[in-house]
Amino acid sequence: MMHGGGYTVDARIRWPEWLPWIAALAGFFLLPEYLSLGARILIYILFALSLDLILGYAGIITLGHSAFFGLGAYVAGIVSAKLGITDAFVQMAAAAAAAGLLGALTGAVILRTRALTLLMLTLAITSIILEIANKATWLTGGADGLSGVVVAPILGAFRFDLFGRTAFLYCLAVLFLGWLLARRLIYSPFGAMLTGIRENTQRMHAIGAPVYWRLVGVYTLSAVMAGVAGALLTQTNQFVGLNVLGFEPSGELLVMLILGGVGRLYGAFIGPVAYLIAQDLLAKQFPEYWYLGIGLLLVAVVLFARGGILGLIDKWMPFSKPAASAKASAR
Amino acid sequence: MDAVLETRSLCKSFGALTVAQNIDFRLRPGERHALIGPNGAGKTTFVNMLMGALRPSSGRILLGGDDVTRAPQAQRVKRGLGRTFQINSLFRNLPVLDNVALAVAERRRIALRMWRAAGSYKEIIEESTQLLATLGLAGDLTTPIVDLPYGKQRLVEIAIALGLRPRVLLLDEPAAGVPSAEAERILQLLEKLPPEIAILIIEHDMDLVFRFARRITVLVQGEVLLEGTPQEVARDRRVHDVYLGEQHHG
Ligand SMILES: Nc1ncnc2c1ncn2[C@@H]1O[C@H](COP(=O)(O)OP(=O)(O)OP(=O)(O)O)[C@@H](O)[C@H]1O
Ligand SMILES: [Mg+2]
Repeated sequence: MMHGGGYTVDARIRWPEWLPWIAALAGFFLLPEYLSLGARILIYILFALSLDLILGYAGIITLGHSAFFGLGAYVAGIVSAKLGITDAFVQMAAAAAAAGLLGALTGAVILRTRALTLLMLTLAITSIILEIANKATWLTGGADGLSGVVVAPILGAFRFDLFGRTAFLYCLAVLFLGWLLARRLIYSPFGAMLTGIRENTQRMHAIGAPVYWRLVGVYTLSAVMAGVAGALLTQTNQFVGLNVLGFEPSGELLVMLILGGVGRLYGAFIGPVAYLIAQDLLAKQFPEYWYLGIGLLLVAVVLFARGGILGLIDKWMPFSKPAASAKASAR
Repeated sequence: MDAVLETRSLCKSFGALTVAQNIDFRLRPGERHALIGPNGAGKTTFVNMLMGALRPSSGRILLGGDDVTRAPQAQRVKRGLGRTFQINSLFRNLPVLDNVALAVAERRRIALRMWRAAGSYKEIIEESTQLLATLGLAGDLTTPIVDLPYGKQRLVEIAIALGLRPRVLLLDEPAAGVPSAEAERILQLLEKLPPEIAILIIEHDMDLVFRFARRITVLVQGEVLLEGTPQEVARDRRVHDVYLGEQHHG
């Protein structure tokens, strides 16, 4: 069974769930020279979490999730570089709102379709946004990217420093909130309902769920989360480039999530960590083998470890399994 | 008394194949009505149209006197329509309890709650548990459907629909594929359902049909051949010719 919420599951946080946060804090103190990679990983975890919500729980397949990430990244950058608003939370709120709006509008159009059609439509949307970002040079800087992004000290106190300490902790704090919300959602009746849609859409219709609206709703939520992740990327890099949009970041994200484990919440944590660290170690040294290696790894995961890395961990370590509580039946 | 569910000249064709021809059908409150007919007669298609899973080619559907011909499934369910599937349509990887709780949560309008854990909604869990207990599934609450014997899966089909507290229940061959002893048990459970629920049952086993139904509609190639009491249907020569005579099972 996949990791998920539902009515028979104990939703309390179990101790292994604190490990990622302990590891992140340990990394902050022990590996100061890797903080920018660390921040990138944290951002991609948030991005992957947003994808897991729709792919892993609601069963919406997409190759266009970068549309929301990229839009969030650009909106945060434009709000700063063009409008001169340097408050980090205002930039983020603008990014979230824009991404959410795009999610609601495009979701309303495409979520009546399924499978390959849906996949192609999501891809088309992020490609269109990429093309717009490329052409609207006056606004986005086009192929040169958008620089001149300024972020005022967070809460007026924490300045973005050269070593990336503030950036790391800022991303960590936002990710922590995102995780809390996502976790709540997954264990809630709403999360159970999403799982129902993924498991059997026909039956969800028959029990009176307006499936389409529910999908638009979760798609919008997920877009907001991806937009926030995009804003974080802009704020920590103080720059946005075209590489946040289009197929490549979407595909990469999908690979990370599949690698980590889809529909398991923490697959979204493990995937980006494994992928981005491997990329940092290997991609520069063996650029010609990097994608070949990733491709082979994906094939291996799909053939032998459908649950991704987390699925393997579950198999070997019983503690990480969600305890179907005996209390539910006793109640 | 007024019909809770009614169709007027309902038609449906898939290309050249006509599967519903001017079906005029009335179901009264609390009625026990059977829909019979040979394989491929269009019985499931009829249920799908009543539910809103399929658009009729023409004709009207009235639920509680209101035209719902174009209403989406969700709206019809909110107005008291529930169904089961001829071929199991369950949440296969979810526990039995969740299968029912999802329906109960929809009915009680808590399916959009995003903050509290699903497991903390005691009223949902209690209601689902009680419902499953009345169907003899109290011992299987946390069992995923995939690990449940087929006969019990058929009961979960019914339990999900009952979780909606329907005014009108459409049962598409509830005992399809189960051995006759178990089919008998399913029928006993159906006989115990609250009398105010109007039930339309599709069933091939004539003994069960004659025992359960007060009215029977015979559908042949999308057309209503006859509607009447079990006695009238049993006496009718045409029914014997097209239906009762041959040996078959769905
Ligand atoms: N979506 C569809 N597209 C095309 N033809 C269909 C479709 N659904 C059903 N049919 C055809 O319509 C006819 C009626 O099918 P239906 O399932 O309603 O019959 P039924 O009376 O329920 O039969 P059974 O007793 O076997 O369940 C059959 O010939 C079937 O092949
Ligand atoms: Mg049928």
